[in-house]
Amino acid sequence: MADLRVNFAGIESPNPFWLASGPPTNTYDQVARAFDAGWGGAVWKTIGEPIINVFSRYGSVDVGLTRMMGFNNIELITDRPLEDNLREIAAVKRNYPDHAVIVSLMVDSKREAWHEIVRRTEDTGADGLELNFGCPHGMSERGMGSAVGQVPDYTCQIVEWVKEVAITPVIVKLTPNVTDITYIARAAVKGGADALSLINTINSIVGVDLETFAPLPAVGGKSSHGGYCGPAVKPIALHMVSAVARDPEVRVPVSGIGGIATWRDAAEFIALGAGTVQVCTAVMHYGFRIVEDLRDGLENWMDDHGHRTLADVCGRALPNVVSWEDLDLNYHLVARIDQDKCIQCELCWVACEDGAHQAIRRIDTREAGNGKRAPAVEIIEEACVGCNLCAAVCPVRGCISMAQVPNDHPGVTWRDYAAGKGTLAPRSEHFHTATWSPRG
Amino acid sequence: MPTPDVTPTLSTEQLERNFADIAAPLTSDAALLEAAKCLFCYDAPCTHACPTHIDVPAFIKKIETGNLKGSARVILDANPMGHSCARACPVEVLCEGACVLNDRDEQPIKIALLQRHATDYALEHKLALFEPAELNGKKVAIVGAGPAGLSCAQDLRRWGYAVTVFEANDQPGGLNTYGIAEYKLRAETALAEVQMILDLGVTLRTGVSVGRDVSFDELERGFDAVFVGVGLGATRRLEIPGEDLPGVHEALAFIEHLKTHRYADTRVGRAVVVIGAGNTAIDAATQAKRLGAEHVTIVYRRAADDMPAYDYEYDLAKRDGCEFRFHTAPKRILGVDHVTGIECVRTEPGEPGADGRRRPVEVPESTHVIECDMVIKALGQVVRDDFARAASLTIEDGRMVSTKPTVFVGGDCANGGAEIVNAAAEGKRAAAAIHAYLQETGG
Ligand SMILES: Cc1cc2nc3c(=O)[nH]c(=O)nc-3n(C[C@H](O)[C@H](O)[C@H](O)COP(=O)(O)OP(=O)(O)OC[C@H]3O[C@@H](n4cnc5c(N)ncnc54)[C@H](O)[C@@H]3O)c2cc1C
Ligand SMILES: Cc1cc2nc3c(=O)[nH]c(=O)nc-3n(C[C@H](O)[C@H](O)[C@H](O)COP(=O)(O)O)c2cc1C
Ligand code: SF4
Repeated sequence: MADLRVNFAGIESPNPFWLASGPPTNTYDQVARAFDAGWGGAVWKTIGEPIINVFSRYGSVDVGLTRMMGFNNIELITDRPLEDNLREIAAVKRNYPDHAVIVSLMVDSKREAWHEIVRRTEDTGADGLELNFGCPHGMSERGMGSAVGQVPDYTCQIVEWVKEVAITPVIVKLTPNVTDITYIARAAVKGGADALSLINTINSIVGVDLETFAPLPAVGGKSSHGGYCGPAVKPIALHMVSAVARDPEVRVPVSGIGGIATWRDAAEFIALGAGTVQVCTAVMHYGFRIVEDLRDGLENWMDDHGHRTLADVCGRALPNVVSWEDLDLNYHLVARIDQDKCIQCELCWVACEDGAHQAIRRIDTREAGNGKRAPAVEIIEEACVGCNLCAAVCPVRGCISMAQVPNDHPGVTWRDYAAGKGTLAPRSEHFHTATWSPRG
Repeated sequence: MPTPDVTPTLSTEQLERNFADIAAPLTSDAALLEAAKCLFCYDAPCTHACPTHIDVPAFIKKIETGNLKGSARVILDANPMGHSCARACPVEVLCEGACVLNDRDEQPIKIALLQRHATDYALEHKLALFEPAELNGKKVAIVGAGPAGLSCAQDLRRWGYAVTVFEANDQPGGLNTYGIAEYKLRAETALAEVQMILDLGVTLRTGVSVGRDVSFDELERGFDAVFVGVGLGATRRLEIPGEDLPGVHEALAFIEHLKTHRYADTRVGRAVVVIGAGNTAIDAATQAKRLGAEHVTIVYRRAADDMPAYDYEYDLAKRDGCEFRFHTAPKRILGVDHVTGIECVRTEPGEPGADGRRRPVEVPESTHVIECDMVIKALGQVVRDDFARAASLTIEDGRMVSTKPTVFVGGDCANGGAEIVNAAAEGKRAAAAIHAYLQETGG
């Protein structure tokens, strides 16, 4: 049986699944129920000077039948008194000594303020601190949150202040609202961060009410940009986690956050270098119970593949993340359509014809008989550039697959080719340069 | 099985088609799409509606995330008969009937087919989903290897009891092996499901009838507890003249023969009359039709609405071309050395009887004959009172009841005849009661 235990920058956790700082980690009661349900750790909802929230705080983006594909919020840090939070954090840690209890912090950018909050928080017995340099709204206008996390020098400075007094591990939570996240990551590490977590939410407006012209989520007809999260942001988060995890100047553990809803999502973050993963939106959608399949699915996958510990998987995909100029230009793919599976919707045809490379031939056989038009489409292999678009739009799983076409040319990267080394294998002919016409 | 009368004239291929799975399994693609439609309700009504309370949204979510092993485990943990149930449960009155999508005027989630998808995976890959616990030194005897007994056995073995199942038949599975309509569940599938339970290290002794080959006292003396899951006994008699003529058959014997022989070896009449209107009657009628009977007539004393059969089964029989004669009561089976017809009278609803239902009364001068060369009796089964006597169990209202602290009952014999899923639920409940009792008494 796979072993899911982790030691993350010195913080022991029974499994890598932590609740991200947010509404699910706002009270003793919630965190206790989450631990009972099987979560390994929780990052407490960011504490600091209590704030006042607005009514209507969350905006949601549905895609087709899928609700909350993307989610945004304009809420601030905790609105509960500091004393209540600290008392409940201490109680959680006392009653759940084997779980990871991390406290997210955000105070004014003053040395004394940070010293004081760190000391008081550590008095609770919590296992670690997470510095919230990420929230993109409300707090940033007051010089906190992403206002800190967007400037490397500020980030480094505050981490240094925290490290002057902190005894427990310090995790710095990064904002994705920057041009290159590795700069901020390096600054945090320079300041002494023991670990990084990312991503916090992405600046966003989720929509506009076309009757009232109120941006959403609306507060009395007005809105403000808020933080975007949920399944929609996972690809952005995966990229940023991998960028930080493979940066030679970072080299501290990374906690992956952003759009995680299933064990597969989690496994992908772990494969790209995350030591633990954090979840917020999926719990807001379905409740703490989702951790059961997060654990069970990850365990079964590890067992089936012979991975015994998370260390066996962590970062396994990282060596395969390379820069573009190191990709093999002679690796040749073409689309193949399984005519037995094709339901003749012709979505691939229109996508390729209008949106890609005109490499699908359409055989209109409607007049041939009973209204059935089989086979309607076939790949023109000489024109196919192996872009994946048709496979992506095809509604039948496994109907369009991408097949490698072997050639006898050794691999060549752009880096080598541009330096005059290697030769290119024959390439697909683009429609415009083709000597034949697909329409015959 | 007495030999019915006319050899089916259908080709082997046609017979195979007629008895193929009534619901085709989902492809992986279809299963993923269907699973994605599940809302993942909290405290879901489907789970409440299932007598074994399978966590339906949880197993469906696991299909969606590609965790088929975990999905099968959720199902078979709650219901060791989860595969046969996926094929044979009357889901429109259970989980699927409770699906919240019905209230949104949509089709409910195809829970049974998804359940089958996950359990198919476990059966195909022969997954060992559960571990037997180390033996705790206590022994439990189980009488009857039907859904009730086997479900009880799975949990007890998982908790460390040495379990021996005594089964009178040659094969385990109870009615799953011998009784469920062929197009829902085949014997080989039922036996594969049983094997997963036996593989936990449950001892099975087939061909041993308790009360005949070994006494109940011996079991009580030799084991710390006994679970009785013997199901129901013979089909109730019609008590009309001609009942023992050649050509008159019991539904259960007919179905059992069909399920344990090549299709062409079960003979069926050209014109078949089925008496009764429960699910067994429907199963007998549809299977007679699928074997090649030209005409199948179901005769029932009351109205269509009074039929105990589920609507879904009624629809199936109609689709199969069976004819229903409601308000019709059989009086006499005609024939000299073989059935030639059945004499009936028409009835109409009279005064309410003890059960509150209006009793059918005969319409004067309505006698008529339905010509046929085969009669199938499907009046429902009776409790095994010989067994009850041998085991000193009491019978209340057609149900076996135990008054002894170390003897537990469950399944059809205890509930008067219900579904596989009820038998599984009761077998599991008995296992929990046995566990609690033996822990408490240290016995
Ligand atoms: C024709 C028919 C069709 C059905 N169709 C469906 C359906 O589609 N879906 C559904 O959910 N349910 C269906 N049912 C009901 C379902 O089969 C039963 O509810 C279920 O099998 C009950 O399980 P059980 O373990 O209590 O009894 P059984 O399945 O009857 O098993 C009892 C076992 O005990 C054995 N036994 C009896 N006496 C002794 C003894 N003295 N010593 C040793 N062993 C003994 C028997 O041989 C048998 O194997 C159907 C029933 C019938 C009759
Ligand atoms: C309503 C809401 C409130 C949040 N509050 C905080 C917060 O107080 N502190 C913090 O560090 N992150 C906060 N976050 C960000 C989450 O911790 C997380 O980084 C982000 O939502 C991405 O993860 P997800 O896609 O799993 O939701 C909040 C997110 C949401 C949706
Ligand atoms: S989720 Fe709860 S707090 Fe939010 S609007 Fe609904 S009832 Fe109110």
